[in-house]
Amino acid sequence: MAKEQLMSYEDAIERFEVVIGLEVHVELNTVSKMFCGCANNFGSEPNTNVCPTCLGLPGSLPAVNRKAVESSIAIGLALDCQIASNGRFARKNYFYPDLAKNFQTSQFDEPIAFEGEISIELETGEVFMVPIERAHMEEDAGKLTHVGGATGRIQGAEYSLVDYNRAGVPLVEIVTKPIYGALDKAPELAATYVRAIRDIVKSMNVSDAKMERGNVRCDANVSLREKGAEKLGTRTETKNVNSLKSIENTVRYEIQRQAFILAAGGKIIQETRHWHEDRGHTSAGRPKSDADDYRYFPEPDLVPVQPSKEWIEEIRLTLTEKPSIRRKRLQEAWGFADLEFRDVLNSDLLDEIEATVSAGASPQSARKWWTGELARLANLQEVAVQDLPITPEQVASIQKLIDSGDLTDRIARDVVAGVLAGEGEPAEVIESRGLKIVTDEGALIAAIDKALASQPDVMEKIRDGKLQAAGAVIGAVMQEMRGQADAARVRELILERAK
Amino acid sequence: MTEITSSSAAVLAGLISSKEASSVEITTAFLDRLEKLNPKTNSYLYFNRENSLAQAKRADQQLAEGKTVSPLHGVPIAVKDNLTTTDAPTTAGSKILEGWVPQYDATVVRKLREASMPILGKTNLDEFAMGSSTEFSAYGPSKNPWDLTRIPGGSGGGSSSAIAGHLAPLAIGSDTGGSIRFPAAMTGSVGAKPTYGAVSRYGLIALASSLDQIGPVTNSVMDAALLQDVIGGHDPNDSTSLPNSLGSMVQSVKEADVKGLRVGVVKQLSSDGFQPGVKACFDDTIKKLAAAGAEIIEVDCPSFEYAVAAYYLILPAEASSNLAKFDSVRFGLRVTPDGNPTIENVMAATREQGFGPEVKRRIILGTYALSSGYYDAYYGSAQKVRTLIQQDLAKAFTQADVLLTPTAPTTAFKIGEKVNDPLAMYLNDIATIPANLAGIPGISVPNGLASEDGLPSGVQILAPAMQDGRMYRVASIVEKLYVDQWGASLIARVPDLEAL
Repeated sequence: MAKEQLMSYEDAIERFEVVIGLEVHVELNTVSKMFCGCANNFGSEPNTNVCPTCLGLPGSLPAVNRKAVESSIAIGLALDCQIASNGRFARKNYFYPDLAKNFQTSQFDEPIAFEGEISIELETGEVFMVPIERAHMEEDAGKLTHVGGATGRIQGAEYSLVDYNRAGVPLVEIVTKPIYGALDKAPELAATYVRAIRDIVKSMNVSDAKMERGNVRCDANVSLREKGAEKLGTRTETKNVNSLKSIENTVRYEIQRQAFILAAGGKIIQETRHWHEDRGHTSAGRPKSDADDYRYFPEPDLVPVQPSKEWIEEIRLTLTEKPSIRRKRLQEAWGFADLEFRDVLNSDLLDEIEATVSAGASPQSARKWWTGELARLANLQEVAVQDLPITPEQVASIQKLIDSGDLTDRIARDVVAGVLAGEGEPAEVIESRGLKIVTDEGALIAAIDKALASQPDVMEKIRDGKLQAAGAVIGAVMQEMRGQADAARVRELILERAK
Repeated sequence: MTEITSSSAAVLAGLISSKEASSVEITTAFLDRLEKLNPKTNSYLYFNRENSLAQAKRADQQLAEGKTVSPLHGVPIAVKDNLTTTDAPTTAGSKILEGWVPQYDATVVRKLREASMPILGKTNLDEFAMGSSTEFSAYGPSKNPWDLTRIPGGSGGGSSSAIAGHLAPLAIGSDTGGSIRFPAAMTGSVGAKPTYGAVSRYGLIALASSLDQIGPVTNSVMDAALLQDVIGGHDPNDSTSLPNSLGSMVQSVKEADVKGLRVGVVKQLSSDGFQPGVKACFDDTIKKLAAAGAEIIEVDCPSFEYAVAAYYLILPAEASSNLAKFDSVRFGLRVTPDGNPTIENVMAATREQGFGPEVKRRIILGTYALSSGYYDAYYGSAQKVRTLIQQDLAKAFTQADVLLTPTAPTTAFKIGEKVNDPLAMYLNDIATIPANLAGIPGISVPNGLASEDGLPSGVQILAPAMQDGRMYRVASIVEKLYVDQWGASLIARVPDLEAL
């Protein structure tokens, strides 16, 4: 499909008010599925984690997974939601081949959690309170693979394969209220919000939270209205956006696309859309209207979930520190400047740095290792820095050797290279590669004398107070010692010699 | 072998435990009879001598090893064909499931196997249990052993005709609005719908989930109690199954005593709209109970007037959703239209060809009732009526221990008589529907032959939720009053099928 015409982003923001709404689906990492005992396991052979219930065979019935309810309540609490005393399931009826029963067991008018909020801090430090309408439990559908045809879409396919392993995997859908007033920050806010949700569910360990696997995916609703208008504009819903960058790009693109249409006197069609990261645009899916009739009614095969006050309080006690609070705490404790800390956050290295610090490294040295040398190496190898085969403990132990003067920065980098190459623990690498600093002063002095002999004017200069002249000699000595000398000590020895 | 096939399950269980007859002998007797007579009654959609006898053999083996696993050990049973069985096709009376052999046993079927009760076969029903006559079965109607030109009731007419025709000593039914009790009344057998949740629905092909309940169809109240004790109890696979045991029904039957019993007669279900002979039988039952010492009280249930209307909104609504899974993707019939059909075309063609007229009628009704803009007026109002009926019953049960009504407005009608008149058909369940809407237990016990046509009539006994024991106790009292008068059960008077 041809790329549609866009208004420039600045003009669009100038003329229109942006309203966004975000629906985030979180796949829970429970051992079993939402309504049956099948394994909730990514990557199994197709249709191996299935049973009469998740296949929707005649006569089968659902039974609620208690752990999934617990995780849902935990998510609700983390978003400052109220927890329903009577959470009813409902059937959402529609026909689709990946939906075994041709209805999705979900929640409709009685979600497990409702009326919450979460504060989102943008890069500028600006804080937005995003109002949460609800968080409800539902089951995932199976996975379709369309075979034949050019697009891999159902249209034009010769046939389709269905894998029901994912059918019945527990989901929590978190729905915001309309978010007003983000102005030009709307795309960033959308992405930052989804990241915040991802961080929360990850830190609580209720989801694997891997966006690339679809553990966390976002439907982004965008509408525009003329500034000052009361009535909300027609919205589009871009489905299943599954990376933070794509979310930002989607919202930005929709703003520009809708602005162009509206400015030209056109109408926005209420529809679902799809984001194509490779091509950088959205395309129309199916028309959607508020009258989409899913014929919701209370699920008669399940009794309502009625969590007791005691249970809710028990779950509340297990809640981990909120990521936003943790971030604040760590930045303060580590004394990082805003820019330094943002670097850490943007590269998702908070966990690694925290672990390195608790293994004994100073916060600044830990930060430098992870965002510096290790990030560089990871980049060279085209892997995520978190996936490098080195532990925070190993990094801390290398840093300790630097601090004690046993290693120079340069040698330490060799040690790291050795660890990454699989040569063992840092001590083993130092041993096998012979990476000790030369502390034999006789050898150092011999090297200094040799260097001074070839640069006889240096001593004169030093004695005249031009201490920087020592640099050339230090360089020569370091070269002679193949880097395995403490440059500071060499400098001291040269100065002593000049006395 | 007529002696065996006309015996109650309790008698057969006694013969087995005293080693006077083996399970194989008894099962063989029923298989011989049903193989010969099923062509007349069309009670069974499926039976397999070899498979049934293998089960009987295992039951006998256990007995030889001194193991008796249940009070009905070795007694064979027929199962309605809307319960999943791994060793027999399960059709729910529909073409859309023709030939489908389920991958799992229904909980009730598993319990029958664990009780070492050989399964004789799968019995006929109106398609997906939608009907009162079995005329909506895709595999032809079952016939009433009292008169083969008449319906045996529905939807469980296969089970009721199997019992009345002595083609099985016990049968399993399912009751959504009367599908156990109405056929029992039509055939002079006993049919009980336990409290909602007393028997697991796991493996029952759902009609309307909030109304469906599995129960016994038998020769006697004691047999029904014995069977409910086997199939009842909590099942973690059915979230709506009751967490606690309701106690032993057999024990309740043994405690039957009319002293101090307060019998409520529902004003709305004791006057108009009943065939005179049926009404006369009912009045006779009440007279007998009064004579035996029961206190008779008239109770008022004004909301019963709206029960059928509410039922025909709730049932189709739930059914329209429950039946959505029949889409050809994973099991059952697949109809592929010519040309280059999309999956939607295939689903539509399959459902068009696979479902019968009554099923389509109810899917359309239900889809409409749940549609946005109509939901409140239809489904919402029906749920309110449901609450009102529950309130009526709660009040009635403060005045009376049990409520009695005629089970059905008429005796068995002719095949073909009502099949083109849905409303007339729906009204057959006027007395049985309130129990499903309220989730309470109800049982139909034979109370004579209507004078005008000589066909069986039934009396329904309703008890409060979870008071299934009380229901069986009173049913047993009523049964005894008649057996004392007749010298035998009504079913003993069924015509000789072999001669028909």
